[in-house]
Amino acid sequence: MAVAKKDQALIVTVSPHIRNDETVSRIMWTVSLSLLPAFVSGVYFFGPRALYVTALCIIGSFFSEWLVEKMTGKEITIRDGSAFLTGLLLGMNLPSSAPFYIPLVSSFVAVAITKQLFGGLGYNIFNPALIGRAFALITWPRAMTTWLEPTAAFVGLDAKTTATPLAILKEGGMQKVIEIFGDKMNLYTDLLIGHRAGSLGETSVIALLIGGAFLIYKRYITWHIPLSFLATVALMAWIFGGREGFFTGDPILHLLSGGLMLGAIFMATDYVTCPSTRIGQIIFGIGCGLLTILIRLKAGYPEGVMFAILLMNCFSPLIDRNMKSKVFGLAKEAQK
Amino acid sequence: MSHQHQEKVSYWALVKNGIIKENTIFRLVISLCPAIAVTNSVKNGFLLGAAVVFVQAMVNSTVALLRNFIHPRIRIPIFMLIISGWVTVVDMLMAAYARSTYKEIGLYIQIIVAFASILARAEVFASKNKVGASFFDGLGSGLGFLVALVTISFFRELLGKGTLIGYTIVPVKPMLIMILPAGGFLVTGLLMGFFNWIDMRFYGGKGAGGAGGH
Repeated sequence: MAVAKKDQALIVTVSPHIRNDETVSRIMWTVSLSLLPAFVSGVYFFGPRALYVTALCIIGSFFSEWLVEKMTGKEITIRDGSAFLTGLLLGMNLPSSAPFYIPLVSSFVAVAITKQLFGGLGYNIFNPALIGRAFALITWPRAMTTWLEPTAAFVGLDAKTTATPLAILKEGGMQKVIEIFGDKMNLYTDLLIGHRAGSLGETSVIALLIGGAFLIYKRYITWHIPLSFLATVALMAWIFGGREGFFTGDPILHLLSGGLMLGAIFMATDYVTCPSTRIGQIIFGIGCGLLTILIRLKAGYPEGVMFAILLMNCFSPLIDRNMKSKVFGLAKEAQK
Repeated sequence: MSHQHQEKVSYWALVKNGIIKENTIFRLVISLCPAIAVTNSVKNGFLLGAAVVFVQAMVNSTVALLRNFIHPRIRIPIFMLIISGWVTVVDMLMAAYARSTYKEIGLYIQIIVAFASILARAEVFASKNKVGASFFDGLGSGLGFLVALVTISFFRELLGKGTLIGYTIVPVKPMLIMILPAGGFLVTGLLMGFFNWIDMRFYGGKGAGGAGGH
């Protein structure tokens, strides 16, 4: 129906008024794509075994999603990419030496219990992939902390096991870390390109940063959570990280090691489980950073990013409730 | 729910009601704390359940016996006195004749005093009904608790240790989380969901807590 130009100002519709062609599944597949560099570097450093573990995670996620939706009579949504993304993220959070049942069981916990039982996509309180990993870490602590030495080539499965830089730091201090990696420059370069032991997708900082930059460029995530998270970790590591007293810690080592980059860029920024206002997101990031450093420096585990994000996930609704954006068009009293 | 005027309910129906329709754990969803704390092995779950069966039946009988002498205003303290009396009996019996078990779950035996389920049955049923009916209601409620505990601990011990009543069943690497408290919540929740599903699917019920909608 053609509307005369002068009448167009009179058409009344309900919001949303501005639409684009972004859909949930498009976002999911794009985020998966942005994880590709880190995943490829994981396969490069840890061999075909990394591919195998991640494939099992993705298969497990698809199957769990299909199973629960079939049982509850809901629409089957395995094609929207969210199960794929959860599987991929979970796989990248596991050690490449994980035996076959770890990816399968933890992806079931991630998708079926953490996501579907809470109501499906958009209703989960916790990040599914991280709950899957937490479940695996608590259930099989030995297997989940057996790290293979990166070998930069496609060799067999008889690679040597070793400790992660953070575990070495916790046991023997900064001296020991530098001793193992040669000198300080060597250490930082190795950490940057990902030539170290760790979960198969968390090691290559450069690849993760490329993915993160892509996401920020596409405006799928904003800088608020990653930056406040990383800045808090760096600051706190500098102040409290050293053994000789305050302000002697090594913030760069803390920034580049563990699952920090993967967590800050891809896990903490999950739309469903992080606050929705800008200020809320900064509070969320700072909280994640504080808890991460607290666990890394003072608790039993060498790495705390996972538990930090999960704990802050609990606070997301609370942060959202207290950081409501202003409602326009109401009287002054009603705004409060 | 008032049981006061249902004079002609058979004892068997009362027992069945306690086990299935008003199951302490899966239907009324009370006394979950002990259900999660002691159920990391079938033996512990069974022993605590058995103690509760005894205490619940005896408390219900005693309360029913004394129901006309208890002033309504001070009934709760009186119930508590009766409950703690019977719990002390179980506690001392166990300390004398089952020393090793007592060391493991003795704390939870004493805590039976504070179980919501026991006080609930005394208040809801025993204070309004005759001794015989109250005894069987307590028996049923206790048995329901026992069955729930054994079911939960069955899965937790099997998955968490790979054993049943101490015998190795599955010689693979067990799932450690199942014998930790988190596993207790997981197993209890999933079982509750399963029983709700059975109830909704085959008996047209609405599930515990009035779940509905999706």
